[in-house]
Amino acid sequence: MTVRGLVKHYGDTKALDGVDLDVAEGTVRGVLGPNGAGKTTLVRILSTLLAPTAGHATVAGYDVVRQPRQLRRVIGLTGQYASVDEKLSGWENLYLIGRLLDLPRKEARRRADELLERFSLTEAARRPVGTYSGGMRRRLDLAASMIGRPAVLYLDEPTTGLDPRTRNEVWDEVKRLVGDGVTVLLTTQYMEEAEQLASELTVVDRGKVIASGGIEELKAKVGGRTLRVRPADPLQLRPLAAALDELGVTGLAGTTVDAERGAVLVPVLSDEQLTAVVGAVTARGVTLNSVTTELPSLDEVFLSLTGHRASSPQDPLPATTSEEAVAV
Amino acid sequence: MSAATAAPAAGVRTDARISPRAHLRHTGALVRRNLLWIRQDPESMFDAVLFPVVFTLLFVYVFGGSIGQSLGGGQDAYVQYIVPGLMAMMGMNMAQGVGTGFNQDFNTGVMDRFRSLPIGRGSVLFAKISVEMVRMLIATAILMVVGVLVGFDITNWPGLFAAVGLSAVFGSALMWVFLTLGVVMKNAQSVQAMGFLVLMPLQFGSSIFAPPQSMPGWLQNFTEYNPLSALADSARGLMVGGPVAHDLWMVLAWSVGITAVMAPVAIHKFRTKT
Repeated sequence: MTVRGLVKHYGDTKALDGVDLDVAEGTVRGVLGPNGAGKTTLVRILSTLLAPTAGHATVAGYDVVRQPRQLRRVIGLTGQYASVDEKLSGWENLYLIGRLLDLPRKEARRRADELLERFSLTEAARRPVGTYSGGMRRRLDLAASMIGRPAVLYLDEPTTGLDPRTRNEVWDEVKRLVGDGVTVLLTTQYMEEAEQLASELTVVDRGKVIASGGIEELKAKVGGRTLRVRPADPLQLRPLAAALDELGVTGLAGTTVDAERGAVLVPVLSDEQLTAVVGAVTARGVTLNSVTTELPSLDEVFLSLTGHRASSPQDPLPATTSEEAVAV
Repeated sequence: MSAATAAPAAGVRTDARISPRAHLRHTGALVRRNLLWIRQDPESMFDAVLFPVVFTLLFVYVFGGSIGQSLGGGQDAYVQYIVPGLMAMMGMNMAQGVGTGFNQDFNTGVMDRFRSLPIGRGSVLFAKISVEMVRMLIATAILMVVGVLVGFDITNWPGLFAAVGLSAVFGSALMWVFLTLGVVMKNAQSVQAMGFLVLMPLQFGSSIFAPPQSMPGWLQNFTEYNPLSALADSARGLMVGGPVAHDLWMVLAWSVGITAVMAPVAIHKFRTKT
């Protein structure tokens, strides 16, 4: 996928203001940005739903403006907007899409059964989609975009509005698809989602690319993860902080103490640093309550990349903390 | 990604053109979808079933006696008057159904899914029209049954079918108006409300329900040029006898005119829908 100088104006509003993007075959490119950054506009142009004002894009060798019909045969779209029919059953939705993709009846039936099985929806196959839970719906959405065995898959905020458990289910499915060699363009508002699924990341804001590169590279730029270490004995807090500071493994920001919650915060850039911190704690013989890692929020990413906060205020993010229970 | 490495999976065709047979197949698959809607949600047929029953009974028994007198008869005379009038409205209901259905598809994101598939964009529309036409025919059949039960005489079968056809022709023209509303308006309720606001004065300010002779002069002038009057009068002429030609031409002219103006608008709005 190659995108060059893509521009989309709505009157005076510049939804996209010259976006360049490359996605290598079989990789996952995350596009991270706040609401209104232009993520959905980008996906809509790349899936032929919208004509760009200027610039051009080729996906799977087809020009999005000049060869939309060929392109539509090789893409799958799952998103906030493109959706399934709530009044039909899961099976009927998949069968319909199979038929619209010119699969013979028998093949369309087989494919619907197969994908329902794969996405663990067989039991709900005959129920109207309106009765599905949020997670089941997203899984059906994914199944629907896989009917034509697309070479390129667009996932437009696939987990926005899902609870953490359901979100993990969807992530697992996406990872399986990527394992099958599908090229994925994923838009998201969550650094954690990008880290889970993408290998390359592009950060967009107000229709412009503000950073682009490998996910590790960008994480290093924004300060990686923060390790939150809670000693069992609050009196240990400050000595531990001093010791960890001396260790010198910290990332961009120094070690800080969150006295209120009784934790030492250590920014780390790599798994090795994380291990070194835990090792240092063990070496001192300090008993810990918990060790957790936190990813930077979208706001922090923006702050470190641009010096300003994400341009549109948004709902509080779901917890970007992944508990890694470490018994010490 | 380069073209060479993007070989699509076996079984997926890569040509750009959509053959007429493929169009037919796509439309068929989408018709099936719309029929499944009705099975899933039988209430959606209520309007088709109830409209002719309720309106016929309401108008015949509530207004029939008094309006019938001005027709030089009684309730029986009014039955012969109102049934063709209601017949004329069938096509408008169909048009409204297509518009609201389209609007729902846009709002639920289903249309985006369809538009990202390699099908002709007309297929979705043709499927919707086919199903609404079937709904209209069912409603028409019910209207005729109820009409006969309250005393309507079917004297001219070819005329009856011609009236149904004319109602469908005018409805198809009006459909472009509702498609435009369907694309532009925020939700199905507003499409319906807007349709109601536009259609209701046109329907009542016409010769559909009552002869205009007793109306004030300005309203008579309005009814005279109202295409719905021409539609109702020609349906009457075809079904129960009387002059037809002039009104028939008026209806056809209006249909062509509305289509010529609104079809490009609807298509333009559809294409540029963001």
